[in-house]
Amino acid sequence: MANRFFQSALLLGAALCAAVASFACQSQSEPSSTTLYYFTWSDYVGPELLESFERQTGVKVVVDTFSSNEELLAKLQSGASGYDVTVPSDFMVSVMMKQGLLAELDPARIPNARQLVRGLEKLPVDPEHRYSVPYLWGTVGIGYDSSVIPTPPDSWAVLWDERYKGRISMLNDQREVFGAVLRSMGQSMNTRDPAIIEQAKARLLRQKPLVKTYSSDHFDQLLASGDVVLAHGWGGPVARAMALKPSIKYVVPKEGATIWADCLVVPKTSRNKELAMQFINYLLDPEVAARTSERLLFASANREAKALVKAGVRDNPAVYPDEATLGHLEWMVDVGDALRLYDRAWTELKMK
Amino acid sequence: MMREKSGGWLLAASLGNLLFLYLPIAVLVVYSFNAAKLATTWQGFSLQWYAALARDHALMVALQNSVLIAGVSTVIAMVLGVSAAVGLERLPRRQRAWLDGALLLPLVIPEIMMGVALLLFFVLVKMPLGLLTVTIGHAAFNVPVVMVVVRARLRKLDPHLEEAARDLGATPWQAFRRVTLPLLMPAIVGAALLAVTVSLDDFVVTFFTAGPGATTLPLKVYSMIKTGISPEINALSAILVLVSMGLVGLSLLIQRKTVHG
Repeated sequence: MANRFFQSALLLGAALCAAVASFACQSQSEPSSTTLYYFTWSDYVGPELLESFERQTGVKVVVDTFSSNEELLAKLQSGASGYDVTVPSDFMVSVMMKQGLLAELDPARIPNARQLVRGLEKLPVDPEHRYSVPYLWGTVGIGYDSSVIPTPPDSWAVLWDERYKGRISMLNDQREVFGAVLRSMGQSMNTRDPAIIEQAKARLLRQKPLVKTYSSDHFDQLLASGDVVLAHGWGGPVARAMALKPSIKYVVPKEGATIWADCLVVPKTSRNKELAMQFINYLLDPEVAARTSERLLFASANREAKALVKAGVRDNPAVYPDEATLGHLEWMVDVGDALRLYDRAWTELKMK
Repeated sequence: MMREKSGGWLLAASLGNLLFLYLPIAVLVVYSFNAAKLATTWQGFSLQWYAALARDHALMVALQNSVLIAGVSTVIAMVLGVSAAVGLERLPRRQRAWLDGALLLPLVIPEIMMGVALLLFFVLVKMPLGLLTVTIGHAAFNVPVVMVVVRARLRKLDPHLEEAARDLGATPWQAFRRVTLPLLMPAIVGAALLAVTVSLDDFVVTFFTAGPGATTLPLKVYSMIKTGISPEINALSAILVLVSMGLVGLSLLIQRKTVHG
């Protein structure tokens, strides 16, 4: 009895060792060609696009993922070196620039960066694109269920409408939520005026009983399942909800809203900066960018790409805002010390 | 009469406890078989999310990383943990006390501190973060796990057995190799299974020590949540839960069997 048991135990141990050994062999037998380390949002790049880059260049691309800008910053600050390309959002680019985490780009190596969409050419955080190139961009607006809300809303005011009590979701993001209310008051979303921030807080407190949830990750699901009929959020997820429930529509309120861009950058610690820039140029190639845009339902920063995007996506206002909308969008920028005011107001809002 | 009544309460309390522990997991597993793309509405039975998992290249890479790290870190933890356990049992009690504390500390300190400490250490010695640092981190928290299990078994062993072997002419190494080690085997295998499980499931230490090319399954799942909760995550979590439970169950079974046998 005991003997048989030992045999199986040994067998198990042997199997484990074999598994380890086979993995070790595998990693050894790989060709010793160069490797590019790409640190990005989950699911941000199609595997077929990576494979085609690998075929073209003979380089192996290793993808690691992060889930928030703050996480990315923490990783780079704490000395995780070796990532060659990564994708912070616009405001995080400025933080990383200030901390000296980014390598300077060579425009000659990224020719595709010359074909940027109008409006992204001069990013407030890095107008000359010395450290970053916009990759994907979009707007923040309202996703709504047109079968429940017959008259298309055109103003942030609809999020204060008593009729939709308990069926509204807001982003779980302090700057975005304040951005929406500040624009509805006719103010800049980057205001540093304590009195105005205080007024904005009062409005949000009044809205709170109507709000079902503050969610950034799954408001598309809430919209599609009918749990909410109005959702403050990014266009991409709203476009995903549309695919599941055709009565979902998207609007950027007339008072104005956020424009955002995720940018490609090369961390200073990259060991292969030329290859990194080659990869950035590849991601911005019109054809590659168009496929990415279709996959993620975000707009591509390359103006040539839009024409190559399939019809249902290209003409979706949640993905590609029209010319008129572009006029009243605002970039979110660092508000300096006023961030503490926002912090405090947001905490109060969430606690009450 | 009285006994029946209190028995009923006990039953209700344990059922309540079980529900509390397992209901969320059950819901997660059930929804992994959902045909709908939404995690919140049920639209019939389907295995499509499991098929999607198998096709997901990024997930397969994460799985490879997880298995590799679990395997190697367990081997390291076994070597260190078993020798530490055997060595400690032989020390006089007074010398043992502080070593005991020091070696078991990783079990007690919050995992997040362990993660930060490891990260600071790797930065200090300028070791590039990656698969290697994660493996070392996992080995570090697995050593005390192995030690606890192996020492529990060691205490139950009859010290005379080894002495008898020495009397019969075995060298210390032979006595250990031929007598003590086989007797310890069940505890060792049990500890290894436990270590593999802890390593596969670990998030915090991995999060801090991971670098380029070292995304493990738990890290991957966490970053996937950002782009919406897809039933694919349910399917993956269901598999992880079942594998972990299986390994822990097997580990307990092996350890118990030999106590009686």
